Amino acid sequence: MAEKRIVVQCDDLCFRYGKPWVLEDVSFKVPEGESLCIIGPNGGGKSTLLKLLLGLLEPGKGSLSLFGEPCEKVRSRIGYVPQSMQFDRMFPISAIDIVLMGRLDRLKVGRFSKECRAVAADALDEVGLADMANRPFSDLSGGERQRVMIARALACEPDLLLLDEPTANVDLSVEEQFLETLVELRKKMTILVVTHDLDIVSLVGDSVLCVNHRVHRHSLPLSGETIKEIYSGRRRLEHDRRARHNHGDHSACQHD
Amino acid sequence: MEIIPRASMTEFLHAIQEVSFIRYALLAGIVSSLTFGVVGTFVVTRRIGYIAAAIAHSILGGIGASIYFSRVYELAWLTPMVGAVVAALLSAAVIGWVSLRTSEREDTIIGAIWAFGMATGLLFMHYAPGKAVNLESYIFGDILLTSRSDVIATVVLAAIILTLVGLFYHKLVAVCFDEEFARLRGISSNLYYLLLLAITAISMVLLVRVAGIILSLALLVLPAATASRFSRQMWVVMLMALGLALVYNAGGLAVSFAIDTPTGPFIVFVASVVYGLSFLLKGKR
Repeated sequence: MAEKRIVVQCDDLCFRYGKPWVLEDVSFKVPEGESLCIIGPNGGGKSTLLKLLLGLLEPGKGSLSLFGEPCEKVRSRIGYVPQSMQFDRMFPISAIDIVLMGRLDRLKVGRFSKECRAVAADALDEVGLADMANRPFSDLSGGERQRVMIARALACEPDLLLLDEPTANVDLSVEEQFLETLVELRKKMTILVVTHDLDIVSLVGDSVLCVNHRVHRHSLPLSGETIKEIYSGRRRLEHDRRARHNHGDHSACQHD
Repeated sequence: MEIIPRASMTEFLHAIQEVSFIRYALLAGIVSSLTFGVVGTFVVTRRIGYIAAAIAHSILGGIGASIYFSRVYELAWLTPMVGAVVAALLSAAVIGWVSLRTSEREDTIIGAIWAFGMATGLLFMHYAPGKAVNLESYIFGDILLTSRSDVIATVVLAAIILTLVGLFYHKLVAVCFDEEFARLRGISSNLYYLLLLAITAISMVLLVRVAGIILSLALLVLPAATASRFSRQMWVVMLMALGLALVYNAGGLAVSFAIDTPTGPFIVFVASVVYGLSFLLKGKR
């Protein structure tokens, strides 16, 4: 364990948009090859943490580094899978053309190289959609669209995979296929998943980071009690957060 | 339109050979059609039709200013085309800057640019010395007024647009589809969005030449909108839209010549009907 390289190193990180701190004194690290699930109530700072990791925001205080460097410098090593809701389903584009976007940093002008096309085709193959390459985006099912987005992230040939609520708005049967893909990927690279989905947490996560203004780390497997407390306590957490928004509340989180 | 006599289609073909302004009109129409299909597809998929419309209206400001200053200071190089290009690019830059960098609502600035362009254009034309400006030809378009220098300018502008799209096609598509991901791949999303607006602006100048300020948007959007009913591949939509724009422009010119109808309105009428039919045929999903 100790010899493993650290992929994410976060020390005393604070961030705010306006006056109140959204994240305060956040510290955690993720060693190479581990997968971390980020959970927590809406408005608790999950998306903000994600944006900080992507280098789209800058830490207010403290430090956050990926592979030992500032986040925006190593963006090219991250494969990012955004929430699938944000896409225009009418957009006229094929699956393979979306996946090729993962190679944009290798493209100066004109067409993609043969090598880029091969990497993109492999990425589609890896998520089990090799024969869907030329299908229009609008013809794909919700689960297929989600896997195309993962293939696009894989086409970046990433060292770290970052997923934002990958199973939100995806039906159950699709979710199962998707989880299989994720379980396979987990063996190959470091993964960070923001999720509300406890199946992902139990199947994919090595540990869980509960983000609610401050963070708390749980190791897996979570006991039934902990899960219940995290989730049944959510309303209460929301309420408490509003009531005293300067103190992170993790009353539902158990220390390990 | 009165200058054109009633004539048959064979006479139109004859006229192409004999009458220079018809030849110029056809040439300008064909060359600019190439850009309408390509740029129209971006405008439809990125949903920036109203930005294109605002740019079209701001062009009147540029035309008015160029007429005023060229007459007052006797600047022969300051043609309406030059004024139109400058005004279109300026409007695109302002709309882009406001939507990327400030908190103002985008539709508000679109409305402001739209009306400001028209107002300044009308004011400049009112105060311009010399003979009254033929406002109607700018508002409703008159492709038959195309001169030799217009054709040259059209070819140059179309070449610029097609070259830029050819070089940056994948980046433009990526920025339209998922601006954030493009940025994470090291693409300056803002820069390419502004490039797209600039390309749209130049296209609007060409369109205003063909169809006039009010009808120009239809000619940009309708071929691409019709084509996108039949294909879900960007480049296929572009090729189909380009083909449609070609048919509309060349066919519209020929038919309106043959039956003595104003060209711009006739083209837009046909394009709208075809779009309506395509919608009825393929509208359901």
